[in-house]
Amino acid sequence: MADFETPAYTEYPVIPAIKMGTMEGSGPFIAKPIHNEPLGFPGELVENWKQVALDKMQELLGKYRSLQVYLDSCVKCGACTDKCHYFLGTSDPKNMPVARQDLLRSVYRYYFTFAGKWFPKLVGARPLTREVLDEWYNYYHQCSQCRRCSVYCPYGIDTAEISMAAREILDTVGIGQKYCNEIIAKLHKIGNNLGLPEPALKNTLEGLEEDIEEETGVKVKLPLDVKGADILLITPSADFFAEPHIDGLIGYAKVFHEAGVSWTISSYASEAANFGMFIGNYDNMQKVSMRVREAAIDLGVKRIIHGECGHAWRVAYSFWNTLAGPFDFLDQNYPIPQHICEFTNDLLKRNKLRIDKSRNDHRVMTFHDSCNVARASRMGDKAGGQFDIPREVIKAVCNNYVEMDQDTIKEGTYCCGGGGGILTDDLIEVRVKGALPRMQALHDVVEENGVTNMAAICAICKSQFSKVLPYYKMSMDMIVSVHQLVSDALILTGQKTDEDESKEDESK
Amino acid sequence: MSFLSFTYVIMFYAASLVLFIGLGRKIYQYAKTPAPLKIPTMPAPLTNTGVIMRMGREVVFFESLFKANKWTWIFGWLFHVSLVLVFLRHLRYVFPQDSIIGAVIGLELIQSFGKYASYTMVIGLLGLLGRRIFVDRVRYISSPSDYLMLLLIIGIAATGMLMVFVSHVDIMQLRAFVVGLFILQPVAVPTELLILIHLALVAILMFIFPISKLLHAPGVFFSPSRNQKDNSREQRHIADWAVPLDKTRGNK
Repeated sequence: MADFETPAYTEYPVIPAIKMGTMEGSGPFIAKPIHNEPLGFPGELVENWKQVALDKMQELLGKYRSLQVYLDSCVKCGACTDKCHYFLGTSDPKNMPVARQDLLRSVYRYYFTFAGKWFPKLVGARPLTREVLDEWYNYYHQCSQCRRCSVYCPYGIDTAEISMAAREILDTVGIGQKYCNEIIAKLHKIGNNLGLPEPALKNTLEGLEEDIEEETGVKVKLPLDVKGADILLITPSADFFAEPHIDGLIGYAKVFHEAGVSWTISSYASEAANFGMFIGNYDNMQKVSMRVREAAIDLGVKRIIHGECGHAWRVAYSFWNTLAGPFDFLDQNYPIPQHICEFTNDLLKRNKLRIDKSRNDHRVMTFHDSCNVARASRMGDKAGGQFDIPREVIKAVCNNYVEMDQDTIKEGTYCCGGGGGILTDDLIEVRVKGALPRMQALHDVVEENGVTNMAAICAICKSQFSKVLPYYKMSMDMIVSVHQLVSDALILTGQKTDEDESKEDESK
Repeated sequence: MSFLSFTYVIMFYAASLVLFIGLGRKIYQYAKTPAPLKIPTMPAPLTNTGVIMRMGREVVFFESLFKANKWTWIFGWLFHVSLVLVFLRHLRYVFPQDSIIGAVIGLELIQSFGKYASYTMVIGLLGLLGRRIFVDRVRYISSPSDYLMLLLIIGIAATGMLMVFVSHVDIMQLRAFVVGLFILQPVAVPTELLILIHLALVAILMFIFPISKLLHAPGVFFSPSRNQKDNSREQRHIADWAVPLDKTRGNK
């Protein structure tokens, strides 16, 4: 399959002994000028890169308290050293969160602290060289910014903040990552990560309407650019074409249909994902977010509902109000934005959906908490709602549900291995190895409890698992969308079911 | 005043200046640097009271460290709690016995706890040192300064313990020296070797505090992942530097 070995399952989770340099390398493909320039970055490495990099670091230190405090406060206690899935899967010590931070912290100390300037050897400070820059590029693209380390750090040091700053510095000197920057450029130009133009999107949605009608006999609409609709759905563009994402989109459409609300997708803001966060760049993240605001104003909607996507929900929940708010033109009686799981769970609670749970009886479900939903956002009105609400939705539509190991769920959940701009084929080794802790936990419930499927509410998780499950000798279609489960159990008004048909046969 | 006393007086005034000005500058820097985005590690408290409780659990019980690693937690917590007890005992060198504070710290309870906490303090420090030496992951991330810091504090604790449990020194003269420093009327430093070593190591600790990882002490209070509340949907949060970038003004 590839020129590396997939890590083996073990009887218990194991903290590996460190092995130097196992993931040394040149990192993911480097962006070309056509990818960098539309984002406002130099096309390629600038001549005075060292000065530019240090100036940028100084600027960021003054703009982000997180960076300043986190670079100063680490005491090297080691609490985080066994918490990163990339370390557990690769044994490379530079994938331990503190060591990953130290790649940048060592340079910070050398140029910006008294101790580092005068006693570099004593405090582990080092000057910025081309080798250091390349090391940053390699190892800061082996971080999925999942924040698991920040849960366990006694000072809450979040490596995601450090890796975002490092990537921003790299972009500023002209070394961008092709995957992220190409996608952001596409979004600025067309409105989604795929570069899917309006006619293609329209076509896809019409195709889905036909599929649903064929399956259920009910006309369920997937409206596009409908002015005056109540709800604007912002969802990752993967929902329009990828498996199992698309089954989730069908689920949202059916739920909206049954709720009797008017809703629309926007071709201008046809993307929930915001890779501006991955590269740590405020301007690009804001520019991407503004499309949502503009679309909402243009279409005259009252509410915004957000589809299943992890990092996008972080940006939407935690950052939209900052970047593109205030959303004072929307209906203030609803959360802004609202997660599709919040919307569906509310309907389920009020018995507004006709559900036949037995339709999911061929499945034994477990749920993967997506890192950005779990540790960087919320749902509902209570802390921890982001854990409860998706589970309540799943349990309301499925009879068989099992939790994975407590250390691997909720706030301690492991990243799928593909988040944070890592979901690219040129990083497949990182992705496969980084998936180990999740695969191990899943494998355990498959063996012990006969789990057949794992549900997720993140487009990246779904794509990543589809890709890496086979490396771990599991089937790629084990991963499903939460709203796929809803869709399968939901009986639409006027929908003919097998039961109805057999009753009709009897009465004949 | 002897050259030795003069040196110690200057050393302590210099150390105090470095400590307070250095720490003050860092705290000012942390306070004035904006946190432009809401990044509490979730689930996070929804209220200010909740944030105070979270920070309290973090500072008093080391909640996150407890979740992370029980060995590091037990050694780290033992050290810090012992440090507080030992510090309380030391206040008797500053406050007169007939003052209220002096009476409280003079209580047998505080004095005995402060005395025997030195043992648990050293156990904690040795445990942390042991992890640094024997756990491959922690060894990898350790710089020489990380070991030296532990050895420095062990040295302070050891000389202190020798004076309490083995070779008693002239406490009244030490008290006079310390009080003299505080009221800006310095007197001669005691000349017992243990006292001189103990005091010199403490001065070194004061010097390096604001330029080292000891900044974790003020740092934890400024950590956005711990001190922010979860209310980003309800309340708009924007940094001063981001206001000019705000493209929503005038946009309906």
